[in-house]
Amino acid sequence: MPLKGNLRDFSTTNLLNLINLAKKTGTLIIDGPGQGAQMSFRNGKLIYAAMGHEDGNLAAILRKSGRLTDEQVKALRARAATASDKELGLLLINAGYVNQGDIINSLRSHMLEVVYRLFTWVEGLFRFEPAIMPGDDKITVPIELENVIIEGSRRMQEWAHLAEELPNLDMALKFTDRPTANIRNMSLSVEEWKVVSYIKPTNSMRAIARATSLSDLEIRRIVYGLLQAGLVEIVRPEGAPPPRPAAARPGARPVPPPDPKQQVSVVTKLIARIRSL
Amino acid sequence: MQAVKMVVTGPFNSGKTQFIQAISEIDVVSTERKISSDAEKVKDNTTVAMDFGRITVDDELILYLFGTPGQKRFDFMWEILSEGMLGFVVMVDSTRPETFREAKSILETFRAYAPTPYVVAANKQDHPEAWELDDLRIALRLDPAIKLLPCVATDREKVKSVLLELLYSILAEMEKS
Repeated sequence: MPLKGNLRDFSTTNLLNLINLAKKTGTLIIDGPGQGAQMSFRNGKLIYAAMGHEDGNLAAILRKSGRLTDEQVKALRARAATASDKELGLLLINAGYVNQGDIINSLRSHMLEVVYRLFTWVEGLFRFEPAIMPGDDKITVPIELENVIIEGSRRMQEWAHLAEELPNLDMALKFTDRPTANIRNMSLSVEEWKVVSYIKPTNSMRAIARATSLSDLEIRRIVYGLLQAGLVEIVRPEGAPPPRPAAARPGARPVPPPDPKQQVSVVTKLIARIRSL
Repeated sequence: MQAVKMVVTGPFNSGKTQFIQAISEIDVVSTERKISSDAEKVKDNTTVAMDFGRITVDDELILYLFGTPGQKRFDFMWEILSEGMLGFVVMVDSTRPETFREAKSILETFRAYAPTPYVVAANKQDHPEAWELDDLRIALRLDPAIKLLPCVATDREKVKSVLLELLYSILAEMEKS
């Protein structure tokens, strides 16, 4: 029977917990907004993860982790373009570029990065395919899910905190009139500079995230930092209507529990009657 | 004449009305209306106040089955319906994971109204898209002690078995106390 649904209703944490507890084997395929991802599991352990649009071959992963230089990757692509990840791994070990530990650690970091990004997805159709597993050419690294779930939950808490601090991404930003820090003297990352370049009262945070290809978590994290530094303030986008207050829900009235002792014979009668139907 | 009641609750379109219809000796008194919301147009009608079914035990005892409205905006009815209940059944549509969170929330709400025994009925288990019970238990975060029962709300025998399991739980609780 299928395990499928939407992350909106059944989160990545829930899914990994289920796969871990049920010790499932197969591949979880997620079609998120704008991109896809897949994670494979054996007996409830994560063994492979890939983000749809990204270059997930071993050479690219080793370059990203700093084990190979751009030149080395270029040379590998020229000489061993058709080699599988396993063949490439052996080639690199034999050539003395990396050792087995480097490969496993790089793959592990890559897989965890993919999975932790999935924790921030709040929308996306998923399905679990027990018959699909990574190809024989792929190197799999078994990772226990408990720690992944704990770390993912921690990141979710960060996400929840940031969502509480910045609940509405449809609001815009503007630079403060008298900033407490000079932006030119600050050490900003490339992503932060990209966000800064889009800040003006007509651009909502959601629009900035879209323009800079940042997730909701990433844009919130950057904006939160800029807010804390006193560089920007939140404003309603020009021309937007004022927000409506949420309706309050009345509290529940407690109901006294029934007296079970007087009802044993009633329940016995009910059981007999329903059995006879 | 003594009347006792049990409540059948669960998210919108989980099969509560069908469940009661399958076992009631009278035609179920439903308060259904045409669906107005596009988002909820997976069926034509929905229960807006309650469903009402009856099983006569003898001259002195009647069991009433009350089905709660599934749509969130009628949840003011839930507490009224839960008053004095012997126990309750939480219906879950096994094919619609988008309703699991709501089912869990409804379960918690009813637990808060009255600490009576309850069972969870995994409806539509005859459907090829249905989640397995083990997966559902994890998804709903149900304690192993909570009965999660396979159900097909249109099948009288399956409905009987769910109600009997609930009654066994009620009896066990009474004997324990």
